[in-house]
Amino acid sequence: MNQVPTYTKKDFASSQEIRWCPGCGNYSILNAIQTTVAKIGKRREDVCFVSGIGCSSRLPYYMNTYGMHTIHGRALGFASGVKIQNPNLSVWVATGDGDALSIGGNHFIHAIRRNLDLNIVIFNNEIYGLTKGQYSPTSKYGLVTKSSPYGTAEEPFSPASLAIGSGATFFARTIDNDIKHIQDILMRAYEHKGISIVEVLQNCVIFNDGAHDTYADRTIKEENTVRIEHGKPMIFGANKDKGIVLTGGATPVAKVVKIGENGITEKDLLVHDEKQESPLLANLLTTFKHPTHPLPLGIFRDVDRPRYEEAVYKQIEDVQKKKTERTVRDVLTSGDTWVIN
Amino acid sequence: MRTIENAIIRFSGDSGDGMQLVGTQFSNTSAAMGNDISTFPDYPSDIRAPVGTVYGVSGFQVNIGSVPVHTPGDEPDILVAMNPAALKVNLDSIKKGGTIIVNSDAFDEANLSKAGYTSNPLNTDLLKPYQVVEAPITKQTLEALKDSPLENKAKLRCKNFYALGIIYFMYGRDLDVTINWLKSTFKKNNDVVEANINVLKAGHNFAETLEASISTFKIEKAKIEPGHYCQINGNAAVAYGLMQAAEAAKLDLFLGSYPITPATDILQELSKYKHLNVKTFQAEDEICAVCSAIGASFAGALAATTTSGPGLALKSEAIGLATMLELPLVIVDVQRGGPSTGLPTKSEQSDLNIAMFGRHGEAPLIVLAAASPKDCFHMAYEAAKLALQHMTPVILLTDGFIANGAEPFKIPETNQYAKIETRLVKDKLAEGERYLPYKRDPVTLVRPWATPGVAGYEHRVGGLEKLNEVGTVSYDAKNHELMCELRAQKISRVQNYIPLQEIEGEKTGDLLVLSWGGSYGSTYSAVRQLQQEGKRISLAHLRYINPLPKNLEEILGGFRKIIIPELNHGQLRAIINAKFQCNALGFNILQSRPFKIHELVNAFNDHLEKL
Repeated sequence: MNQVPTYTKKDFASSQEIRWCPGCGNYSILNAIQTTVAKIGKRREDVCFVSGIGCSSRLPYYMNTYGMHTIHGRALGFASGVKIQNPNLSVWVATGDGDALSIGGNHFIHAIRRNLDLNIVIFNNEIYGLTKGQYSPTSKYGLVTKSSPYGTAEEPFSPASLAIGSGATFFARTIDNDIKHIQDILMRAYEHKGISIVEVLQNCVIFNDGAHDTYADRTIKEENTVRIEHGKPMIFGANKDKGIVLTGGATPVAKVVKIGENGITEKDLLVHDEKQESPLLANLLTTFKHPTHPLPLGIFRDVDRPRYEEAVYKQIEDVQKKKTERTVRDVLTSGDTWVIN
Repeated sequence: MRTIENAIIRFSGDSGDGMQLVGTQFSNTSAAMGNDISTFPDYPSDIRAPVGTVYGVSGFQVNIGSVPVHTPGDEPDILVAMNPAALKVNLDSIKKGGTIIVNSDAFDEANLSKAGYTSNPLNTDLLKPYQVVEAPITKQTLEALKDSPLENKAKLRCKNFYALGIIYFMYGRDLDVTINWLKSTFKKNNDVVEANINVLKAGHNFAETLEASISTFKIEKAKIEPGHYCQINGNAAVAYGLMQAAEAAKLDLFLGSYPITPATDILQELSKYKHLNVKTFQAEDEICAVCSAIGASFAGALAATTTSGPGLALKSEAIGLATMLELPLVIVDVQRGGPSTGLPTKSEQSDLNIAMFGRHGEAPLIVLAAASPKDCFHMAYEAAKLALQHMTPVILLTDGFIANGAEPFKIPETNQYAKIETRLVKDKLAEGERYLPYKRDPVTLVRPWATPGVAGYEHRVGGLEKLNEVGTVSYDAKNHELMCELRAQKISRVQNYIPLQEIEGEKTGDLLVLSWGGSYGSTYSAVRQLQQEGKRISLAHLRYINPLPKNLEEILGGFRKIIIPELNHGQLRAIINAKFQCNALGFNILQSRPFKIHELVNAFNDHLEKL
């Protein structure tokens, strides 16, 4: 076995000129991906990036690995084929809110259900960028866009709810202006065996600038987001003086409280547990958003389940033990046959 | 006992009556006794239509001969009708003077009315042109099983074997093949084995007691090439052909598929062969099915997807991507009646246009068509071989008729389909050498195939136009034109790697029949018949449709007239006339059935007479 070379971020940058708009949130995601993939301990030839269509989906061209830029919404189909054929590969999917959740919605839920070991990074800018500014399935209700001049009339999807509702074994949310956080999350996504969905709140400077400002703006983000970490109480706020408590017993309600008020101490706060077998807590977290709750950033869920490709190869091994045919001729001659002399 | 050359028998009953099963038993027995056979099951699209209705009728037709048989036959000599609905559905197609065996117990008022008969046809003149054998199959089955421990319902399920026993007697068939099959299939349930054997023998004995009033026939062994045979239908043959290609190319076979009639059997068949490293992925839809196959192909599998018309339409965009990426991919389209949901269980040849032209942009690919159930093996192998050697998607057209029809198949010798050379990169790149994924072989214009896991060859493929040789994204207009030309040329040059068109009959003459795909059995039989009558008629049957064989133009030039029979509105005719300006005529039907030999004979004769 050859030793894996020590890589740096540069080893994973391709020679292609990057054609995203200046100031696009995608740059920091690309940067974090290149940095992380250099550290995962896989040889460069054993890494494969797959994408569909959209701004995000140009990413494979910028990675000096194997890569496929495919058709709109179907990246997960291609990625599944790659992974099943060669499970040794570290397979990554770069996708957007339109690509993954609109045209690719069906593939998204089914890939999650199968739990293949794929790392899916959703660049969520709540808009169609490459087609120049139409609303997406994650656009906020009422958003005025080129295809909704009087505002949209449809509720957005929450990628988190959709993923956890589909049985995702790993879901995390991060944000494009915190490159260190993206890197940490991506590393954890890689380490997770099974499907990992990473939603990155990404800013489209041209068509939906500031869409995530509530959670990204330096002056307010501490008040409006909560960093969730396994085993730690949910504390947030610029002064780390706010927290989440669970009340209501059988029908739990998450309430924002102030530490020190009404006798509340850190011990009363909800403690995050990403390993919970039940998706209840993760589901509850998917409902947190401004203005009622802080938006959770971090890993919602990280649990172990059997993987599709693992089961495929196990079946091959088991059936090979039971059946003796190894060639097509063996198969054809083993059934009902007759000989003409 | 009369000796005859061939016999066409149709078993028909309710879809729950087990007609497919006894039809298969009769064909297996006949094949084992040395006859040539061709079979066709004809079943309704409803899983269990209401019992006794005409739309719940399921049939199985078999043609057995001491001479080569190429189709399941036009008009049955014998019909087994398990109820009035089966009689009603089939009566028009039975040969005048043929024999009809009915289960007279099923001809009660309720069943007659469900079949739409106002009076019992057994008591009218309707059946006068036929020899009718009224057998009380239900009562006799129960009588034969009066000591069996089976429940009444289970006993009644044996009545198909009573009918089979009658037919076995009429054609002097050996009961052993079926008895052995029963013993091995139901080895855990001896009561079922015993019951079916008893009923089979009871039917046989019943026919024997009728000997004076029932015809019996002898069909000698056919002259069949010596070898080891099995019976094969087109869908199974596709599955084995793909597996054989994977074996010859030393690759794993990956199938991405989504269930669709009449192609589902290929997915089901391939899913059994995990021990031969076959991976089948039942995707959430047709689109993911083909995409997963393209992904597996990128990663180094022999990848295939199987479908029927509606599914092929859904796969179009992804197939276009595969032509752009230039990755090997086999797409099998088992054609059915269209457009839209159409007639899912019926056969047609109406997907040639979508196979040839059903992609946006200039997206040529290889199109093949299998001629018969057993030819599906060879053509699936060919499709895979050409896909791998020319780095392109290949569409293989079969149809519901040959997919479900079965015939004897000589199991290939080990060396017959032994080796497929792929375009996988072999050598390590030299220090500083850059891999050019779209640098082509100068002769074939085929690009190399580097798969993830191979060091030094890291590269990106994509749907955007790519710079010639280098493969990076290019929006340059001239480059795009060049790439379109290269992709087209690559497919044209496949002509040098496919066999020359064969012609059955003289190379020149009055009428050339140009047929394609699953209608071979009918067109061959019709042309043979006319040749024996001294007509100057020949047959060219196409299995390679894009590109066409090199010598086709020369063949077309040798005849005064060309006729193209197709189960569509003239899709091949449009292609041939556009390409060769030869004014070929058409003979087209869209009646959800294959051609009958006699209708082709009549049509060809009409044109011969007009010359």
